Amino acid sequence: MESQSSEQFDAIIVGGGLAGLAAAYTLASAGLEVLVLERGDYCGAKNVTGGRMYVNPIRELFPELWKKAPLERHIAHEEVCLMDKERSITIRYDGSELNEEPYQSYSILRGKFDKWLAKQAERKGAMLVCKSRVDELIIENGKVMGVMAGGDELRANVVIACDGVLSLVAGQAGLQKPVESKNFAIGFKEIIEIDRGILENRFNLEGNEGAARLFMGDVTAGKFGGGFLYTNLESISLGIVVGIDALTDETPEIKAPELLDKFKQRPEIARLIKGGETVEYSAHVIPEGGLKAMGKLYGDGILVAGDAAGFSMNIGVTVRGMEYAMASGYYAAQAVIQAKENNDFTKAGLSIYENLLNDSFVLKDFKNFKESLEVLEYPRLFKHYPELAGNIMKDLYEVPTGPKTRLYPTLKKYMSINELWSLVQVGRRMMKI
Amino acid sequence: MSEAMGLKAKLGLDVFKEDSEFHIKIKEGQAKDIRLKKAILVCPAGLYSETEDGEVVISVDGCLECGTCLLACGAAVLEWDYPRGGSGVQFRFG
Repeated sequence: MESQSSEQFDAIIVGGGLAGLAAAYTLASAGLEVLVLERGDYCGAKNVTGGRMYVNPIRELFPELWKKAPLERHIAHEEVCLMDKERSITIRYDGSELNEEPYQSYSILRGKFDKWLAKQAERKGAMLVCKSRVDELIIENGKVMGVMAGGDELRANVVIACDGVLSLVAGQAGLQKPVESKNFAIGFKEIIEIDRGILENRFNLEGNEGAARLFMGDVTAGKFGGGFLYTNLESISLGIVVGIDALTDETPEIKAPELLDKFKQRPEIARLIKGGETVEYSAHVIPEGGLKAMGKLYGDGILVAGDAAGFSMNIGVTVRGMEYAMASGYYAAQAVIQAKENNDFTKAGLSIYENLLNDSFVLKDFKNFKESLEVLEYPRLFKHYPELAGNIMKDLYEVPTGPKTRLYPTLKKYMSINELWSLVQVGRRMMKI
Repeated sequence: MSEAMGLKAKLGLDVFKEDSEFHIKIKEGQAKDIRLKKAILVCPAGLYSETEDGEVVISVDGCLECGTCLLACGAAVLEWDYPRGGSGVQFRFG
């Protein structure tokens, strides 16, 4: 890339992931001059997802996109599994609405999807430069004026930081809150390729139906987190999410990669992936701190979107981030379009971004669920209850060699006053989310 | 597939492009800092280990650029940047 110090872009976007590409697509559609800098060989090369995107909240923001989007399978079957060491209980949910168009959610592979989205943004007129790492912001008199990337000085009215969860860019601009490890989890997964017919048979899928399965309990050795499984067209995404502090501060001491190896060896999982071939291993940090961990979303000449802004949320059965990324990219673009109309790229001129997010599902969700991390980060949920539920089921189903104990005393054995009281407490916690 | 696949073999499935310099370094004089021991547990690629002298060492080859070590250990003990443009891991599926 040649030095372009003479050219002034309307916006430079740092990072060609979902937030950055959504912003680029929206800005370019409105005719603005936009440059996307992506450090990977292609968009998606540095991105990792567990595997599912919820489309409903963002469908209308990008009406032209969905028809041809390379999504994998629409999720028609949901399961949650409580895992004790030698037994598990699974709740399966099938609802006709999950199988009706427009579908609510899809499994997704970012290597495919982001590459495609980048092409759509380029078609609208966005300029994309890959293999380009932004080394630092250009800040003059407290205002962000552009970026330095591989020795090139690139200037713009606005820089949009979409550089992911660590956001070194937002950090340099002084927009982040002090980073605390308790607000982050680590996700790591394997992509396991498997014959399409076998996959569909094994998971009981018709056509392009997909399955999503979440696991809690022994899968993380009782630590805050869980396992996940999503079916793609011809592969399975299988992985673990676990709180960083839970790994470093809680017993039993176990190395992250061993959790996934053990998970794969569980009989419930081993038979689902049998005959499959692992083709990729990936990992990424996930921001889970929500509203309380969120830093500033804008400053003079800069906006922050996607994971960089902390837009990812774990509320138990749904773990979401990608639709917040795309929506925040869209609203960042809208803010830049307005700022250009007013020719005001100062903090005040860009503050419209936060107003737009406040009026949208993005910040409404984060406000509604601001307690969810503290509520869910409750050790009993991940260790005690999966064990308790497993033991109750074992006794209910058991037919011993001698006479069987009556059912009520069996239940009563587990449901002491203390146990019931602690369940009430859990109920109270849950009322906060 | 039911037997555990070695971590090295798993990382061997990924596409990596070498960087001419290490993008993560343990800060000078910090190798025995207790905070670094967290990286041994959290690194999903198992790149951190402890020597007999109680020093933590990192081998950057195979880094998935997830950022966990930086968050777990902190910037006081780790010098952390992304690999230069066009190098490092290149996920095909993600």
